Amino acid sequence: MTGASQQLAPAGPRPSHPANGEPMIDVRDLTKVYGEGLTAVHALGGVNLVVRSGEFVAIMGPSGSGKSTFMHLLGCLDRPTSGSYRLAGQEVSRLGGDELALVRNRRIGFVFQSFNLLPRTTAQENVELPLLYAGVPREARVRRAQELLEQVGLGDRRDHRPSELSGGQQQRVAIARAMANGAPLLMADEPTGNLDSASSVEIMTLFRRLNRDQGITVVLVTHDANVAAWSERVVTFKDGLIIDDRPSAEAVAPAVREGALRAASSGEARV
Amino acid sequence: MNLANLLRIAWQALRRNITRSVLTMLGIIIGVGAVITSMAIGAGAQAAVLAQIESLGANLVVVIPGAISSGGVSLGTGSRTTLQLPDIAAIAQTVPDVAGAAPYSQTSAQVVAGGSNWYTAVGGTSPSYTTVRSWSVAQGRFFSQAEVDQRAKVAVLGNTVEQNLFPDGGAVGSTVVVKNVPFKVIGVLAPKGQSGFGRDQDDIVLVPITTLLDRLTGQTWVQTIFVSADTPEAVPSVVDATERLLRLRHHLTVAQPDDFTIRNIADVQQVRLATSQTQALLLAGIAVVSLVVGGIGIMNIMLVSVTERTREIGLRMAVGARGRDILLQFLVEALTLASLGGLIGIAIGVGTAQGSSALGHWPVIVSPFSILLGFVSSMLVGVIFGFYPAQRAAALDPIVALRYE
Repeated sequence: MTGASQQLAPAGPRPSHPANGEPMIDVRDLTKVYGEGLTAVHALGGVNLVVRSGEFVAIMGPSGSGKSTFMHLLGCLDRPTSGSYRLAGQEVSRLGGDELALVRNRRIGFVFQSFNLLPRTTAQENVELPLLYAGVPREARVRRAQELLEQVGLGDRRDHRPSELSGGQQQRVAIARAMANGAPLLMADEPTGNLDSASSVEIMTLFRRLNRDQGITVVLVTHDANVAAWSERVVTFKDGLIIDDRPSAEAVAPAVREGALRAASSGEARV
Repeated sequence: MNLANLLRIAWQALRRNITRSVLTMLGIIIGVGAVITSMAIGAGAQAAVLAQIESLGANLVVVIPGAISSGGVSLGTGSRTTLQLPDIAAIAQTVPDVAGAAPYSQTSAQVVAGGSNWYTAVGGTSPSYTTVRSWSVAQGRFFSQAEVDQRAKVAVLGNTVEQNLFPDGGAVGSTVVVKNVPFKVIGVLAPKGQSGFGRDQDDIVLVPITTLLDRLTGQTWVQTIFVSADTPEAVPSVVDATERLLRLRHHLTVAQPDDFTIRNIADVQQVRLATSQTQALLLAGIAVVSLVVGGIGIMNIMLVSVTERTREIGLRMAVGARGRDILLQFLVEALTLASLGGLIGIAIGVGTAQGSSALGHWPVIVSPFSILLGFVSSMLVGVIFGFYPAQRAAALDPIVALRYE
């Protein structure tokens, strides 16, 4: 239990995170085995990866390649079978359940394909959720959630419930929620999988802005080259191993990349 | 996560499905309602029984003549003529721990006072009667031993008789006529109310026993002897001593049965008290069963709710909820459901108790203890039956929960 006694940095609206270029994610020989003996499934077979603070990384690969398992480990939703994972300098691979919950609460923001907003709960209350578990007092909670919703362009939709919002708007609420505790790392799992192309551009533009303006490290899992084109670096998985890791300029076909860049510039002009 | 937030989340969750919440609470509502109602009725019945003992006179022992049995034909209790006035004096003088002994014989007659008349019971007794029956005189006085010895034609009226014969007052000093015998009214008894059997105890005229026997009934024996023990503890020994004394005085051999019957009022009331307690216990048993059934209902719905909200649980875990936050969330939800049901049950229970009291003229006593008991037991049910579903929610794997469809 190497990291068990380490204290996390106190949560603030903007927590101090390592200066740009410091490793945000530092993974060594990470393995994950499900089951035991003959039926054991080796989902990850010794992965090494360093993601520096402020990077925008896309993780690609066919289904069953281990990218989702890797994502869960990076997101501290699960523990590796062996290997080390240092998140912003802290070894988190052997933390207990409550400590992992704390890491997820303060250091990591999640964005899911299916938004995962609480139904029949207002956008405001959805964004407040991580703040609730962080023990932020009510007034500060309300103020912070308002701020975040304004940042994602939904300042006027605070009292709307998910069913009253479009898919793109719901995903923006989810992004506001992911940033609630000022996490330096944003993890997105097929964030545009349920969205039309216009909304996808909207969401990817938002990710790009958060990455560039606020220095938030973004790691997103996708199988869509159009989405990966927005990133700076593409990591490709196959059979539980990283088989490719290069700048997106090289990884993504030029035509696709140009399309994304065009969309990006027009999207940024709009947002 | 503090309690206020937990309560707010629980309230929101319950409000989302009001019909289901109310149906879930029904078991608890009925259970707690039954607890409150049964305890109120039980307590009321016990209080009524205790009040009866009070009204009959505490520590009372009643002696009545035995049954005549001749040639195989029994004439029933009270048909013997063996109880005599000297028996009473002997009991009062020789049995230890006796506060008083009074004869009592009764007849019914039309009582006339001036223009009005009233058909009522006329009882003959002695001055000890006031002690023995714990009955005081409201106006005037009771008759004295001297008046008993002289067969004086004096009468003490019960409250009901006085109200009917002398609606404008002025009973004391006037004359009433019973079976053509004029009696001077010397006093009026304090109201005593209904007996345990619903008879109006104030519908009575009391005269000296000697006067009654000689001038009104012509009997030579006494129908009843009331004996009062000094203390409740002394009642059994007074019963024994009275029995031995009367057997001796009636010259009964060892082989002969008693020619009288001794009844211990406290015993009779104890039996009735025990009956009412048994009834209350039975109702309480039903209440407990209902609470358990209600608890199972809560557990059932909470399990359904945990399954339905698996993704919500996964999401909460992903944004930083610890296992114990989830456990508390669902536990507080079950607790809120149960205690809300408890509160409604208390309201319904109190309402039912008061309503049945008003409609059925039953005495009910809603004690603060029963309300507390109802509330605490509903909370207990919430915790006990809410724990398992909450624990299942807390034990979910966040990844599995997030992927749940």
